[in-house]
Amino acid sequence: MEALKSSERELLKAFEAGEARALARAISWVENARPGFEGLLTALHDRVGRAHRIGITGPPGAGKSTLIYALAKVVRKDGERVGVVAVDPTSPFTGGALLGDRIRMTGTAGDDGVFIRSMASRGSQGGLATTTREVADLMDAYGFERVVVETVGVGQSELEIAEASDTTVVVLTPESGDSIQAMKAGLMEIADIFVVNKADRPEAARAAGELKTILRLRRGQVFDRVPAHHGVDLTELAKRRAAKPQATGDAGQPAEDEGPARWEIPVLLTVGHDGDGVPELVETLDAHYAWLKQTGELAKRRRERLLERVRAVVDRGLRTRVWRDGDGEALLDAARADLESGRRTPYDVAAEILKETSGR
Amino acid sequence: MVERKIRVLVGKPGLDGHDRGAKVVAAALRDAGMEVIYTGLHQTPEQIVQAAIQEDVDVVALSILSGAHMTLFPRVLNLLREEGADHVLLTGGGIIPSEDMEKLQEMGVGQLFGPGTPTTDAVAYIREWFTKNRAGDDEG
Repeated sequence: MEALKSSERELLKAFEAGEARALARAISWVENARPGFEGLLTALHDRVGRAHRIGITGPPGAGKSTLIYALAKVVRKDGERVGVVAVDPTSPFTGGALLGDRIRMTGTAGDDGVFIRSMASRGSQGGLATTTREVADLMDAYGFERVVVETVGVGQSELEIAEASDTTVVVLTPESGDSIQAMKAGLMEIADIFVVNKADRPEAARAAGELKTILRLRRGQVFDRVPAHHGVDLTELAKRRAAKPQATGDAGQPAEDEGPARWEIPVLLTVGHDGDGVPELVETLDAHYAWLKQTGELAKRRRERLLERVRAVVDRGLRTRVWRDGDGEALLDAARADLESGRRTPYDVAAEILKETSGR
Repeated sequence: MVERKIRVLVGKPGLDGHDRGAKVVAAALRDAGMEVIYTGLHQTPEQIVQAAIQEDVDVVALSILSGAHMTLFPRVLNLLREEGADHVLLTGGGIIPSEDMEKLQEMGVGQLFGPGTPTTDAVAYIREWFTKNRAGDDEG
């Protein structure tokens, strides 16, 4: 890595001195892939890894921003500092974005212990997840005890972002029943904690019950709490299964019989706008983080992420080399007429571009 | 190279609750390809400036219909300066008499837009200001 330029050294100094403006600027550098941003991240790498990273995802309108605001208020009472990255989609047609998550979080304004940054997804081909992780790295390095990343739980890259957290919370509403079916392939598999928000609405308990059923199905405890099926008493079968080592502990706790190896995914009820159930959510987040540390899972996940990061940065570097620094666009432009007339194939042109721009 | 995005904070300071104008402008700026952070109603100047710093915006655009523009614009301008964010353009619109607009511009506020201004004027103004003042500062 090249030596830092003076502008980078200056920013780094202000960042290390804890100036919010420097953090904000550093985030912009990363978002804009400004030349030198990787040097900045390199210089800060040793400071990364102290924060509990929490991913919060779920369908639009589930109340994620309001819940994060309520969560920030609870942990602020203990003096913890919180960084929030709120990702919203960029319009694929205009390239613009309207970022409104702050509207739900204005009550924390004036408090330097809460730093909120809105990020547009910018349709950066597969790069969004990496950029978001780097922004979370900056907040971690800056010294926030918790870094919360909020994404709309639709789309592959959003799921990837959530997955990159230590703890992933999937937020649903009592009305999410049908959408759960649609989303379970992606959303249901990444959750460490489920939250049914807006629990002051009717049907909240039923929605939570349905979720728990789905979770039991996944664990193979199909017969739990099913008294009879086609006249056959299944409770005995369930008891026998329960007597085996796969018995479940209380949700939100490591399952005791199996040692600390498994985390029972809890389903919590919250009301974001008045804070009901939010202290319990914080406790559960802490329990999950403790479980991750205790089992060595945290260290394992972070080790794996180091390798992933290298792959992602290499991918990005290749794209930059071909399209930004190299002649990729010029070669493509030169081949345009041949492509359009059918004289050349996309594969032929791509092979040429790869060959001409490969560094040696 | 991807074009650097213009980031704009649209704020609604003070007590008036009419945010249709702010929302129309926010949508117009978004449709012009900018990233717009909308903070919602009833923001204090302190809240607006804190958000502007955290979001590292290029432009702060305020909508003021309450008649408090001679208090709110200077307050936001001074706070931006105190926070070392004097590179940020402060602009906006609302029901503002032209002599007040002139006074505010003398203080360092950018162009202000009255009722009936086409949103394209605001878009063009921000683009032009950005090209002149900020476009080069991501070159390292």
